[in-house]
Amino acid sequence: MVENRPFAQFMAYLTLVLGVIVVAFPVYLAIMASTFDAATIINGNMPLIPGDQAAENYTRTLFYGGKQAREPVAMMMVNSMVMAMGIAIGKIIISILSAFAVVYFKFPFRKTAFWIIFITLMLPVEVRIYPTYKIVADLGLLDTYTGLIMPLIASATGTLLFRQFFMTIPDELLEASKIDGAGAFRFFKDTLLPLSITTIAALFVIQFIYGWNQYLWPLLITTKSSMQTIVIGIKKMITTTDALTEWQIAMTTAVLAMVPPVLVVIFMQRLFVKGLVETEK
Amino acid sequence: MEKRAHISGWTLPLLLILPQMAITVIFFYWPASQAIWQSFLREDAFGLASEFVGFENYVSLFEQPEYYRAMVTTAIFSSLVAFFSLSCALLLATQADKNIRGGHAFKTLLIWPYAVAPAIAGVLWIFMFHPTLGTLARPIRAAGIDWNPMLNGTHAMILLVLSATWKHISYNFLFFLAGLQAIPRSVIEAGAIDGAGPMRRFWTIIFPLLSPTTFFLLVVTVVYVFFETFGIIDAVTGGGPAGQTTTLVYKVYADGRLGGDLGGSAAQSVILMVIVIALTAIQFRYVERKVQY
Repeated sequence: MVENRPFAQFMAYLTLVLGVIVVAFPVYLAIMASTFDAATIINGNMPLIPGDQAAENYTRTLFYGGKQAREPVAMMMVNSMVMAMGIAIGKIIISILSAFAVVYFKFPFRKTAFWIIFITLMLPVEVRIYPTYKIVADLGLLDTYTGLIMPLIASATGTLLFRQFFMTIPDELLEASKIDGAGAFRFFKDTLLPLSITTIAALFVIQFIYGWNQYLWPLLITTKSSMQTIVIGIKKMITTTDALTEWQIAMTTAVLAMVPPVLVVIFMQRLFVKGLVETEK
Repeated sequence: MEKRAHISGWTLPLLLILPQMAITVIFFYWPASQAIWQSFLREDAFGLASEFVGFENYVSLFEQPEYYRAMVTTAIFSSLVAFFSLSCALLLATQADKNIRGGHAFKTLLIWPYAVAPAIAGVLWIFMFHPTLGTLARPIRAAGIDWNPMLNGTHAMILLVLSATWKHISYNFLFFLAGLQAIPRSVIEAGAIDGAGPMRRFWTIIFPLLSPTTFFLLVVTVVYVFFETFGIIDAVTGGGPAGQTTTLVYKVYADGRLGGDLGGSAAQSVILMVIVIALTAIQFRYVERKVQY
Protein backbone atom coordinates (compact mmCIF):
# COMPACT_ATOMS: atom_id res chain seq x y z
CA MET A 1 0.00 0.00 0.00
CA VAL A 2 1.14 3.47 -0.82
CA GLU A 3 -0.26 5.43 2.08
CA ASN A 4 -0.49 4.11 5.59
CA ARG A 5 -4.16 4.04 6.53
CA PRO A 6 -5.03 2.04 9.61
CA PHE A 7 -8.67 1.95 8.59
CA ALA A 8 -7.85 0.42 5.19
CA GLN A 9 -5.66 -2.15 6.94
CA PHE A 10 -8.51 -3.00 9.25
CA MET A 11 -10.95 -3.35 6.35
CA ALA A 12 -8.51 -5.62 4.55
CA TYR A 13 -8.31 -7.92 7.56
CA LEU A 14 -12.04 -7.85 8.04
CA THR A 15 -12.75 -8.76 4.40
CA LEU A 16 -10.18 -11.54 4.39
CA VAL A 17 -11.34 -13.00 7.68
CA LEU A 18 -14.95 -12.94 6.47
CA GLY A 19 -13.82 -14.55 3.22
CA VAL A 20 -12.02 -17.31 5.06
CA ILE A 21 -15.04 -17.93 7.30
CA VAL A 22 -17.44 -18.17 4.35
CA VAL A 23 -15.03 -20.47 2.53
CA ALA A 24 -14.43 -22.69 5.54
CA PHE A 25 -17.93 -22.85 7.01
CA PRO A 26 -19.42 -25.57 4.77
CA VAL A 27 -16.46 -27.80 5.51
CA TYR A 28 -16.56 -27.01 9.23
CA LEU A 29 -20.20 -28.03 9.27
CA ALA A 30 -19.39 -31.31 7.49
CA ILE A 31 -16.67 -32.08 10.02
CA MET A 32 -19.09 -31.37 12.87
CA ALA A 33 -21.74 -33.57 11.26
CA SER A 34 -19.24 -36.40 11.12
CA THR A 35 -19.08 -36.38 14.94
CA PHE A 36 -22.80 -36.80 15.68
CA ASP A 37 -25.27 -39.65 15.43
CA ALA A 38 -28.06 -39.73 12.85
CA ALA A 39 -30.80 -38.59 15.24
CA THR A 40 -29.00 -35.40 16.28
CA ILE A 41 -28.59 -34.38 12.66
CA ILE A 42 -32.09 -35.32 11.50
CA ASN A 43 -33.91 -33.24 14.11
CA GLY A 44 -32.32 -30.15 12.57
CA ASN A 45 -30.66 -28.78 15.69
CA MET A 46 -27.11 -29.94 15.18
CA PRO A 47 -24.77 -28.13 17.62
CA LEU A 48 -21.78 -26.29 16.18
CA ILE A 49 -19.33 -27.90 18.56
CA PRO A 50 -18.05 -31.46 18.03
CA GLY A 51 -20.06 -34.41 19.33
CA ASP A 52 -18.73 -37.71 20.62
CA GLN A 53 -19.55 -40.04 17.73
CA ALA A 54 -16.47 -39.34 15.63
CA ALA A 55 -14.70 -42.66 16.29
CA GLU A 56 -17.86 -44.65 15.69
CA ASN A 57 -18.72 -42.77 12.46
CA TYR A 58 -15.27 -42.97 10.94
CA THR A 59 -14.80 -46.66 11.74
CA ARG A 60 -18.24 -47.55 10.40
CA THR A 61 -17.81 -45.47 7.28
CA LEU A 62 -14.34 -46.67 6.47
CA PHE A 63 -14.56 -50.36 7.24
CA TYR A 64 -18.17 -51.51 7.19
CA GLY A 65 -20.77 -51.59 4.43
CA GLY A 66 -24.01 -49.71 4.88
CA LYS A 67 -27.70 -50.49 4.79
CA GLN A 68 -28.01 -50.34 1.02
CA ALA A 69 -25.22 -52.79 0.25
CA ARG A 70 -22.61 -50.05 0.22
CA GLU A 71 -18.94 -50.89 0.00
CA PRO A 72 -16.70 -49.78 2.87
CA VAL A 73 -15.41 -46.30 2.07
CA ALA A 74 -11.79 -47.43 2.54
CA MET A 75 -12.34 -49.52 -0.59
CA MET A 76 -13.67 -46.50 -2.48
CA MET A 77 -10.66 -44.48 -1.37
CA VAL A 78 -8.36 -47.17 -2.72
CA ASN A 79 -10.19 -46.96 -6.06
CA SER A 80 -9.95 -43.17 -6.09
CA MET A 81 -6.27 -43.34 -5.21
CA VAL A 82 -5.51 -45.85 -7.98
CA MET A 83 -7.43 -43.73 -10.46
CA ALA A 84 -5.83 -40.43 -9.42
CA MET A 85 -2.31 -41.89 -9.37
CA GLY A 86 -2.90 -43.69 -12.65
CA ILE A 87 -4.08 -40.54 -14.38
CA ALA A 88 -1.30 -38.39 -12.95
CA ILE A 89 1.53 -40.82 -13.63
CA GLY A 90 0.15 -41.99 -16.97
CA LYS A 91 -0.25 -38.46 -18.23
CA ILE A 92 3.24 -37.48 -17.12
CA ILE A 93 4.85 -40.47 -18.84
CA ILE A 94 3.08 -40.22 -22.17
CA SER A 95 3.32 -36.45 -22.35
CA ILE A 96 7.00 -36.12 -21.39
CA LEU A 97 7.88 -38.72 -24.04
CA SER A 98 5.83 -37.07 -26.76
CA ALA A 99 7.11 -33.59 -25.86
CA PHE A 100 10.68 -34.95 -26.00
CA ALA A 101 9.96 -36.32 -29.49
CA VAL A 102 8.28 -33.15 -30.75
CA VAL A 103 10.94 -30.76 -29.43
CA TYR A 104 14.20 -32.63 -29.92
CA PHE A 105 13.71 -34.62 -33.10
CA LYS A 106 12.94 -33.82 -36.70
CA PHE A 107 10.73 -36.48 -38.16
CA PRO A 108 8.09 -36.70 -40.85
CA PHE A 109 4.66 -35.38 -39.81
CA ARG A 110 6.07 -33.79 -36.67
CA LYS A 111 3.90 -30.70 -37.05
CA THR A 112 0.87 -32.85 -37.85
CA ALA A 113 1.49 -34.98 -34.78
CA PHE A 114 1.76 -31.88 -32.62
CA TRP A 115 -1.50 -30.48 -33.94
CA ILE A 116 -3.31 -33.80 -33.52
CA ILE A 117 -2.36 -33.70 -29.85
CA PHE A 118 -2.91 -29.99 -29.46
CA ILE A 119 -6.54 -30.04 -30.63
CA THR A 120 -7.50 -32.42 -27.82
CA LEU A 121 -6.98 -29.50 -25.46
CA MET A 122 -10.32 -28.17 -26.56
CA LEU A 123 -12.71 -30.99 -25.84
CA PRO A 124 -13.46 -32.06 -22.29
CA VAL A 125 -14.61 -35.63 -21.74
CA GLU A 126 -18.15 -34.41 -21.04
CA VAL A 127 -18.94 -33.74 -24.70
CA ARG A 128 -17.99 -37.14 -26.01
CA ILE A 129 -19.15 -39.38 -23.18
CA TYR A 130 -21.41 -41.88 -24.91
CA PRO A 131 -19.17 -42.74 -27.87
CA THR A 132 -16.21 -43.05 -25.49
CA TYR A 133 -18.32 -45.22 -23.23
CA LYS A 134 -19.15 -47.46 -26.18
CA ILE A 135 -15.50 -47.86 -27.14
CA VAL A 136 -14.48 -48.67 -23.60
CA ALA A 137 -17.33 -51.19 -23.42
CA ASP A 138 -16.30 -52.77 -26.75
CA LEU A 139 -12.75 -53.12 -25.48
CA GLY A 140 -14.12 -54.92 -22.42
CA LEU A 141 -12.79 -52.26 -20.06
CA LEU A 142 -15.95 -51.45 -18.09
CA ASP A 143 -15.37 -51.79 -14.36
CA THR A 144 -11.60 -51.87 -14.74
CA TYR A 145 -8.93 -49.44 -13.63
CA THR A 146 -7.64 -49.28 -17.20
CA GLY A 147 -11.06 -48.13 -18.38
CA LEU A 148 -11.21 -45.53 -15.62
CA ILE A 149 -7.77 -44.15 -16.36
CA MET A 150 -7.01 -44.43 -20.08
CA PRO A 151 -9.64 -42.11 -21.62
CA LEU A 152 -8.75 -39.37 -19.17
CA ILE A 153 -5.05 -39.27 -19.96
CA ALA A 154 -5.81 -38.47 -23.59
CA SER A 155 -5.22 -34.75 -23.32
CA ALA A 156 -2.78 -32.16 -24.49
CA THR A 157 -2.11 -30.20 -21.31
CA GLY A 158 0.91 -32.24 -20.24
CA THR A 159 2.54 -32.30 -23.66
CA LEU A 160 2.15 -28.54 -24.02
CA LEU A 161 3.55 -27.92 -20.56
CA PHE A 162 6.65 -30.04 -21.17
CA ARG A 163 7.11 -28.62 -24.65
CA GLN A 164 7.00 -25.12 -23.24
CA PHE A 165 9.55 -26.05 -20.61
CA PHE A 166 11.91 -27.88 -23.01
CA MET A 167 11.91 -24.82 -25.25
CA THR A 168 13.49 -22.80 -22.43
CA ILE A 169 16.38 -25.27 -22.01
CA PRO A 170 19.45 -23.91 -23.82
CA ASP A 171 20.42 -25.75 -27.01
CA GLU A 172 24.00 -25.84 -25.75
CA LEU A 173 23.07 -28.59 -23.30
CA LEU A 174 22.12 -30.92 -26.14
CA GLU A 175 25.19 -29.93 -28.13
CA ALA A 176 27.44 -30.53 -25.12
CA SER A 177 25.94 -33.92 -24.44
CA LYS A 178 26.31 -34.83 -28.12
CA ILE A 179 29.99 -33.90 -27.98
CA ASP A 180 30.33 -36.07 -24.90
CA GLY A 181 29.01 -38.90 -27.03
CA ALA A 182 25.67 -39.32 -25.24
CA GLY A 183 22.77 -40.75 -27.24
CA ALA A 184 19.15 -39.69 -27.07
CA PHE A 185 18.41 -41.91 -24.10
CA ARG A 186 21.39 -40.67 -22.07
CA PHE A 187 20.49 -37.05 -22.83
CA PHE A 188 16.91 -37.65 -21.72
CA LYS A 189 17.87 -39.47 -18.54
CA ASP A 190 20.88 -37.43 -17.43
CA THR A 191 20.00 -33.94 -18.62
CA LEU A 192 16.34 -33.47 -19.42
CA LEU A 193 14.76 -35.50 -16.64
CA PRO A 194 16.70 -33.91 -13.74
CA LEU A 195 15.91 -30.45 -15.10
CA SER A 196 12.21 -31.31 -15.40
CA ILE A 197 11.66 -32.45 -11.82
CA THR A 198 9.74 -29.35 -10.67
CA THR A 199 7.60 -29.33 -13.80
CA ILE A 200 6.84 -33.02 -13.31
CA ALA A 201 5.93 -32.43 -9.68
CA ALA A 202 3.69 -29.48 -10.52
CA LEU A 203 1.89 -31.45 -13.20
CA PHE A 204 1.53 -34.35 -10.80
CA VAL A 205 -0.17 -32.19 -8.18
CA ILE A 206 -2.67 -30.77 -10.67
CA GLN A 207 -3.42 -34.10 -12.30
CA PHE A 208 -3.78 -35.89 -8.99
CA ILE A 209 -6.49 -33.44 -7.94
CA TYR A 210 -8.10 -33.67 -11.37
CA GLY A 211 -8.11 -37.47 -11.21
CA TRP A 212 -9.35 -37.72 -7.63
CA ASN A 213 -12.25 -35.38 -8.34
CA GLN A 214 -13.49 -37.03 -11.54
CA TYR A 215 -17.21 -37.56 -11.50
CA LEU A 216 -19.00 -38.14 -14.79
CA TRP A 217 -16.63 -40.70 -16.25
CA PRO A 218 -16.50 -43.07 -13.25
CA LEU A 219 -20.27 -42.62 -12.88
CA LEU A 220 -20.76 -44.00 -16.38
CA ILE A 221 -18.31 -46.84 -16.55
CA THR A 222 -18.45 -48.35 -13.06
CA THR A 223 -21.40 -50.62 -12.50
CA LYS A 224 -19.97 -52.82 -9.78
CA SER A 225 -20.02 -51.19 -6.38
CA SER A 226 -16.56 -52.59 -5.70
CA MET A 227 -15.16 -50.30 -8.42
CA GLN A 228 -16.79 -47.11 -7.22
CA THR A 229 -14.69 -44.08 -6.40
CA ILE A 230 -15.41 -42.09 -3.26
CA VAL A 231 -16.86 -39.09 -5.13
CA ILE A 232 -19.42 -41.38 -6.79
CA GLY A 233 -20.00 -43.30 -3.58
CA ILE A 234 -21.07 -40.26 -1.62
CA LYS A 235 -23.60 -39.25 -4.25
CA LYS A 236 -25.16 -42.72 -4.03
CA MET A 237 -25.45 -42.24 -0.26
CA ILE A 238 -27.60 -39.14 -0.43
CA THR A 239 -29.53 -40.08 -3.52
CA THR A 240 -31.96 -42.36 -1.73
CA THR A 241 -35.10 -40.81 -0.32
CA ASP A 242 -34.47 -38.47 2.55
CA ALA A 243 -35.56 -40.65 5.42
CA LEU A 244 -33.02 -43.29 4.50
CA THR A 245 -30.05 -40.98 4.07
CA GLU A 246 -27.55 -41.58 6.81
CA TRP A 247 -26.29 -38.03 6.95
CA GLN A 248 -23.60 -38.68 9.51
CA ILE A 249 -22.09 -41.36 7.24
CA ALA A 250 -22.49 -39.20 4.15
CA MET A 251 -20.76 -36.24 5.78
CA THR A 252 -18.00 -38.44 7.18
CA THR A 253 -17.45 -39.69 3.64
CA ALA A 254 -17.42 -36.11 2.34
CA VAL A 255 -14.70 -35.22 4.86
CA LEU A 256 -12.69 -38.30 3.89
CA ALA A 257 -13.07 -37.47 0.20
CA MET A 258 -11.69 -33.97 0.75
CA VAL A 259 -8.68 -34.93 2.84
CA PRO A 260 -6.21 -36.21 0.21
CA PRO A 261 -6.58 -33.45 -2.43
CA VAL A 262 -6.82 -30.66 0.14
CA LEU A 263 -3.67 -31.89 1.90
CA VAL A 264 -1.91 -31.96 -1.45
CA VAL A 265 -2.87 -28.33 -2.10
CA ILE A 266 -1.88 -27.14 1.36
CA PHE A 267 1.45 -28.94 1.63
CA MET A 268 2.52 -28.58 -1.98
CA GLN A 269 1.17 -25.10 -2.42
CA ARG A 270 4.12 -23.78 -4.39
CA LEU A 271 3.99 -26.66 -6.86
CA PHE A 272 0.21 -26.43 -7.01
CA VAL A 273 0.27 -22.75 -7.91
CA LYS A 274 3.02 -23.31 -10.46
CA GLY A 275 1.14 -26.19 -12.05
CA LEU A 276 -2.15 -24.32 -12.13
CA VAL A 277 -0.71 -21.18 -13.65
CA GLU A 278 1.36 -23.02 -16.22
CA THR A 279 -1.12 -25.62 -17.42
CA GLU A 280 -3.68 -22.92 -18.10
CA LYS A 281 -1.49 -20.97 -20.46
CA MET B 1 9.74 -21.64 -31.96
CA GLU B 2 12.25 -24.25 -33.08
CA LYS B 3 15.28 -25.82 -31.53
CA ARG B 4 18.55 -25.24 -33.35
CA ALA B 5 20.08 -28.54 -32.33
CA HIS B 6 18.33 -31.81 -33.00
CA ILE B 7 18.88 -35.47 -32.36
CA SER B 8 19.03 -37.43 -35.59
CA GLY B 9 16.94 -40.44 -36.48
CA TRP B 10 13.22 -40.74 -36.79
CA THR B 11 12.18 -44.21 -35.68
CA LEU B 12 12.87 -43.33 -32.05
CA PRO B 13 10.71 -40.18 -31.99
CA LEU B 14 7.87 -42.04 -33.66
CA LEU B 15 8.10 -44.69 -30.94
CA LEU B 16 8.19 -41.99 -28.25
CA ILE B 17 5.09 -40.29 -29.57
CA LEU B 18 3.24 -43.54 -30.22
CA PRO B 19 1.64 -44.03 -26.76
CA GLN B 20 0.08 -40.59 -26.73
CA MET B 21 -1.03 -40.91 -30.35
CA ALA B 22 -2.63 -44.28 -29.73
CA ILE B 23 -4.54 -43.07 -26.68
CA THR B 24 -5.56 -39.84 -28.38
CA VAL B 25 -6.87 -41.60 -31.45
CA ILE B 26 -8.66 -44.43 -29.61
CA PHE B 27 -10.22 -42.40 -26.82
CA PHE B 28 -10.50 -39.02 -28.45
CA TYR B 29 -10.73 -38.84 -32.22
CA TRP B 30 -12.61 -42.08 -32.63
CA PRO B 31 -15.36 -41.20 -30.10
CA ALA B 32 -15.53 -37.59 -31.26
CA SER B 33 -16.06 -38.68 -34.86
CA GLN B 34 -18.58 -41.27 -33.66
CA ALA B 35 -20.49 -38.49 -31.92
CA ILE B 36 -20.60 -36.50 -35.14
CA TRP B 37 -21.67 -39.55 -37.16
CA GLN B 38 -24.31 -40.57 -34.61
CA SER B 39 -25.81 -37.12 -34.65
CA PHE B 40 -26.94 -37.86 -38.23
CA LEU B 41 -28.46 -41.23 -37.36
CA ARG B 42 -31.63 -42.35 -35.74
CA GLU B 43 -31.71 -45.61 -33.82
CA ASP B 44 -34.86 -47.63 -33.48
CA ALA B 45 -36.31 -48.24 -30.04
CA PHE B 46 -34.30 -51.39 -29.50
CA GLY B 47 -30.97 -50.00 -30.68
CA LEU B 48 -30.78 -52.72 -33.32
CA ALA B 49 -30.92 -50.70 -36.51
CA SER B 50 -30.11 -47.15 -37.34
CA GLU B 51 -30.82 -45.07 -40.41
CA PHE B 52 -29.26 -41.93 -41.79
CA VAL B 53 -31.55 -39.00 -41.18
CA GLY B 54 -29.39 -36.03 -42.13
CA PHE B 55 -29.95 -32.98 -39.95
CA GLU B 56 -33.19 -34.28 -38.51
CA ASN B 57 -31.75 -34.70 -35.01
CA TYR B 58 -30.60 -31.10 -35.04
CA VAL B 59 -33.89 -29.84 -36.39
CA SER B 60 -35.92 -31.70 -33.79
CA LEU B 61 -33.54 -30.47 -31.10
CA PHE B 62 -34.27 -26.88 -32.00
CA GLU B 63 -37.98 -27.63 -31.98
CA GLN B 64 -37.85 -28.76 -28.36
CA PRO B 65 -38.81 -26.11 -25.83
CA GLU B 66 -36.70 -28.06 -23.30
CA TYR B 67 -33.58 -27.39 -25.32
CA TYR B 68 -34.15 -23.65 -25.28
CA ARG B 69 -34.88 -23.86 -21.59
CA ALA B 70 -31.57 -25.68 -21.02
CA MET B 71 -29.82 -22.93 -22.99
CA VAL B 72 -31.44 -20.21 -20.90
CA THR B 73 -30.66 -22.12 -17.69
CA THR B 74 -27.02 -22.50 -18.74
CA ALA B 75 -26.79 -18.81 -19.64
CA ILE B 76 -28.28 -17.69 -16.31
CA PHE B 77 -26.20 -20.16 -14.33
CA SER B 78 -22.92 -19.22 -15.99
CA SER B 79 -23.46 -15.47 -15.84
CA LEU B 80 -24.38 -15.57 -12.16
CA VAL B 81 -21.45 -17.80 -11.22
CA ALA B 82 -19.08 -15.73 -13.36
CA PHE B 83 -20.27 -12.48 -11.83
CA PHE B 84 -20.15 -13.61 -8.20
CA SER B 85 -16.98 -15.68 -8.35
CA LEU B 86 -15.05 -13.00 -10.24
CA SER B 87 -16.17 -10.10 -8.07
CA CYS B 88 -15.67 -11.91 -4.74
CA ALA B 89 -12.28 -13.17 -5.88
CA LEU B 90 -11.22 -9.71 -7.02
CA LEU B 91 -12.31 -8.16 -3.74
CA LEU B 92 -10.36 -10.76 -1.72
CA ALA B 93 -7.32 -10.55 -3.98
CA THR B 94 -7.08 -6.75 -3.72
CA GLN B 95 -7.22 -7.03 0.07
CA ALA B 96 -4.64 -9.84 0.19
CA ASP B 97 -2.38 -7.81 -2.11
CA LYS B 98 -2.15 -5.04 0.48
CA ASN B 99 0.98 -5.23 2.53
CA ILE B 100 -0.52 -6.86 5.57
CA ARG B 101 0.78 -9.34 8.06
CA GLY B 102 -0.18 -12.93 7.44
CA GLY B 103 -0.94 -12.32 3.79
CA HIS B 104 0.50 -15.68 2.89
CA ALA B 105 -1.58 -17.51 5.48
CA PHE B 106 -4.72 -15.92 4.05
CA LYS B 107 -3.71 -17.11 0.63
CA THR B 108 -3.42 -20.71 1.85
CA LEU B 109 -6.73 -20.44 3.69
CA LEU B 110 -8.50 -19.20 0.58
CA ILE B 111 -7.19 -21.48 -2.16
CA TRP B 112 -7.90 -24.97 -0.87
CA PRO B 113 -11.54 -25.25 -2.06
CA TYR B 114 -10.03 -25.72 -5.52
CA ALA B 115 -9.18 -29.24 -4.37
CA VAL B 116 -12.75 -30.12 -3.39
CA ALA B 117 -14.57 -32.19 -6.01
CA PRO B 118 -17.61 -30.42 -7.52
CA ALA B 119 -19.91 -33.22 -6.40
CA ILE B 120 -18.58 -32.97 -2.83
CA ALA B 121 -19.03 -29.19 -2.90
CA GLY B 122 -22.64 -29.83 -3.89
CA VAL B 123 -23.11 -32.27 -1.02
CA LEU B 124 -21.69 -29.77 1.49
CA TRP B 125 -24.08 -27.05 0.36
CA ILE B 126 -27.15 -29.25 0.18
CA PHE B 127 -26.39 -30.29 3.76
CA MET B 128 -26.25 -26.66 4.89
CA PHE B 129 -29.43 -25.70 3.06
CA HIS B 130 -31.39 -28.92 3.36
CA PRO B 131 -35.02 -27.85 4.00
CA THR B 132 -35.49 -29.97 7.11
CA LEU B 133 -32.07 -30.39 8.68
CA GLY B 134 -29.87 -27.68 7.15
CA THR B 135 -28.20 -25.42 9.68
CA LEU B 136 -28.64 -22.37 7.47
CA ALA B 137 -32.05 -23.36 6.12
CA ARG B 138 -33.62 -23.07 9.57
CA PRO B 139 -33.14 -19.29 9.93
CA ILE B 140 -34.47 -18.82 6.39
CA ARG B 141 -37.56 -20.84 7.13
CA ALA B 142 -37.94 -19.11 10.48
CA ALA B 143 -38.00 -15.81 8.58
CA GLY B 144 -41.15 -17.03 6.87
CA ILE B 145 -39.70 -18.06 3.52
CA ASP B 146 -40.79 -21.47 2.35
CA TRP B 147 -37.26 -22.50 1.46
CA ASN B 148 -37.18 -25.78 -0.42
CA PRO B 149 -34.60 -26.37 -3.16
CA MET B 150 -36.07 -29.84 -3.75
CA LEU B 151 -39.36 -28.41 -4.96
CA ASN B 152 -38.67 -24.82 -5.93
CA GLY B 153 -36.66 -24.28 -9.12
CA THR B 154 -35.44 -20.82 -8.13
CA HIS B 155 -34.24 -22.07 -4.76
CA ALA B 156 -32.49 -24.98 -6.47
CA MET B 157 -30.74 -22.58 -8.83
CA ILE B 158 -29.66 -20.34 -5.94
CA LEU B 159 -28.14 -23.35 -4.22
CA LEU B 160 -26.30 -24.37 -7.39
CA VAL B 161 -24.95 -20.87 -7.93
CA LEU B 162 -23.75 -20.70 -4.32
CA SER B 163 -21.93 -24.03 -4.42
CA ALA B 164 -20.43 -23.47 -7.88
CA THR B 165 -19.26 -19.99 -6.87
CA TRP B 166 -17.85 -21.22 -3.58
CA LYS B 167 -15.74 -23.78 -5.36
CA HIS B 168 -14.45 -21.43 -8.04
CA ILE B 169 -13.53 -18.35 -5.99
CA SER B 170 -10.20 -19.89 -5.02
CA TYR B 171 -9.15 -20.32 -8.63
CA ASN B 172 -10.06 -16.78 -9.65
CA PHE B 173 -8.50 -15.43 -6.45
CA LEU B 174 -5.18 -17.06 -7.24
CA PHE B 175 -5.02 -15.64 -10.75
CA PHE B 176 -6.19 -12.17 -9.69
CA LEU B 177 -3.56 -12.10 -6.95
CA ALA B 178 -0.86 -13.06 -9.45
CA GLY B 179 -2.18 -10.38 -11.82
CA LEU B 180 -2.15 -7.74 -9.08
CA GLN B 181 1.36 -8.61 -8.00
CA ALA B 182 2.55 -8.22 -11.59
CA ILE B 183 1.43 -4.57 -11.69
CA PRO B 184 4.50 -2.37 -11.15
CA ARG B 185 4.38 -0.47 -7.84
CA SER B 186 5.78 2.61 -9.57
CA VAL B 187 2.61 3.06 -11.62
CA ILE B 188 0.46 3.02 -8.49
CA GLU B 189 2.83 5.34 -6.63
CA ALA B 190 2.77 7.75 -9.56
CA GLY B 191 -1.02 7.77 -9.31
CA ALA B 192 -0.80 8.46 -5.59
CA ILE B 193 1.61 11.37 -6.12
CA ASP B 194 -0.86 12.84 -8.59
CA GLY B 195 -3.38 12.81 -5.77
CA ALA B 196 -5.54 9.81 -6.69
CA GLY B 197 -7.06 8.04 -3.67
CA PRO B 198 -7.24 4.24 -3.32
CA MET B 199 -10.62 3.93 -5.06
CA ARG B 200 -9.65 6.19 -7.93
CA ARG B 201 -6.36 4.29 -8.35
CA PHE B 202 -8.20 1.00 -8.41
CA TRP B 203 -10.67 1.98 -11.11
CA THR B 204 -8.35 4.03 -13.32
CA ILE B 205 -5.05 2.15 -12.97
CA ILE B 206 -5.37 -1.31 -11.45
CA PHE B 207 -8.64 -2.49 -12.97
CA PRO B 208 -7.71 -1.61 -16.57
CA LEU B 209 -4.30 -3.22 -16.16
CA LEU B 210 -5.99 -6.34 -14.83
CA SER B 211 -8.38 -6.60 -17.76
CA PRO B 212 -6.42 -9.35 -19.58
CA THR B 213 -6.56 -11.48 -16.41
CA THR B 214 -10.24 -10.71 -15.95
CA PHE B 215 -11.03 -11.68 -19.51
CA PHE B 216 -9.04 -14.90 -19.26
CA LEU B 217 -10.81 -15.80 -16.01
CA LEU B 218 -14.18 -15.01 -17.52
CA VAL B 219 -13.62 -17.55 -20.29
CA VAL B 220 -12.24 -20.16 -17.89
CA THR B 221 -15.17 -19.63 -15.52
CA VAL B 222 -17.70 -20.06 -18.31
CA VAL B 223 -16.00 -23.27 -19.42
CA TYR B 224 -16.00 -24.40 -15.77
CA VAL B 225 -19.71 -23.74 -15.38
CA PHE B 226 -20.49 -25.48 -18.66
CA PHE B 227 -18.67 -28.70 -17.88
CA GLU B 228 -17.28 -29.14 -14.40
CA THR B 229 -20.46 -28.18 -12.60
CA PHE B 230 -21.99 -31.40 -13.88
CA GLY B 231 -21.01 -33.04 -10.59
CA ILE B 232 -22.64 -30.26 -8.55
CA ILE B 233 -25.88 -30.43 -10.51
CA ASP B 234 -26.07 -34.20 -10.36
CA ALA B 235 -25.43 -34.24 -6.61
CA VAL B 236 -27.64 -31.29 -5.65
CA THR B 237 -30.65 -31.32 -7.94
CA GLY B 238 -30.28 -34.05 -10.56
CA GLY B 239 -31.44 -31.46 -13.10
CA GLY B 240 -34.71 -30.96 -11.25
CA PRO B 241 -37.14 -29.95 -9.93
CA ALA B 242 -39.01 -30.63 -13.18
CA GLY B 243 -35.95 -30.01 -15.31
CA GLN B 244 -35.54 -26.45 -14.06
CA THR B 245 -31.81 -26.79 -13.41
CA THR B 246 -30.95 -28.91 -16.45
CA THR B 247 -28.01 -27.33 -18.23
CA LEU B 248 -26.82 -28.20 -21.73
CA VAL B 249 -24.24 -30.70 -20.50
CA TYR B 250 -26.65 -32.26 -18.05
CA LYS B 251 -29.14 -32.68 -20.87
CA VAL B 252 -26.59 -34.55 -23.01
CA TYR B 253 -26.18 -36.96 -20.12
CA ALA B 254 -29.85 -37.24 -19.24
CA ASP B 255 -31.10 -37.66 -22.83
CA GLY B 256 -28.48 -40.25 -23.69
CA ARG B 257 -28.63 -42.26 -20.51
CA LEU B 258 -32.08 -41.89 -19.10
CA GLY B 259 -33.92 -41.08 -22.32
CA GLY B 260 -32.02 -43.46 -24.59
CA ASP B 261 -32.08 -40.87 -27.37
CA LEU B 262 -28.49 -41.37 -28.58
CA GLY B 263 -28.91 -39.46 -31.85
CA GLY B 264 -30.33 -36.40 -30.10
CA SER B 265 -27.72 -36.64 -27.36
CA ALA B 266 -24.95 -36.85 -29.99
CA ALA B 267 -26.34 -33.81 -31.80
CA GLN B 268 -26.22 -31.90 -28.52
CA SER B 269 -22.64 -33.08 -27.97
CA VAL B 270 -21.66 -31.73 -31.37
CA ILE B 271 -23.22 -28.35 -30.62
CA LEU B 272 -21.34 -28.27 -27.31
CA MET B 273 -18.09 -29.14 -29.09
CA VAL B 274 -18.62 -26.16 -31.37
CA ILE B 275 -19.23 -23.91 -28.35
CA VAL B 276 -16.08 -25.13 -26.56
CA ILE B 277 -13.95 -24.74 -29.67
CA ALA B 278 -15.25 -21.19 -30.07
CA LEU B 279 -14.48 -20.38 -26.42
CA THR B 280 -11.00 -21.90 -26.67
CA ALA B 281 -10.29 -20.02 -29.87
CA ILE B 282 -11.27 -16.75 -28.17
CA GLN B 283 -9.00 -17.60 -25.27
CA PHE B 284 -6.06 -18.37 -27.55
CA ARG B 285 -6.46 -15.20 -29.51
CA TYR B 286 -6.22 -13.39 -26.23
CA VAL B 287 -3.12 -15.36 -25.21
CA GLU B 288 -1.50 -14.62 -28.57
CA ARG B 289 -2.13 -10.93 -28.07
CA LYS B 290 -0.66 -11.03 -24.60
CA VAL B 291 2.46 -12.73 -25.90
CA GLN B 292 2.95 -10.03 -28.51
CA TYR B 293 3.24 -6.96 -26.37
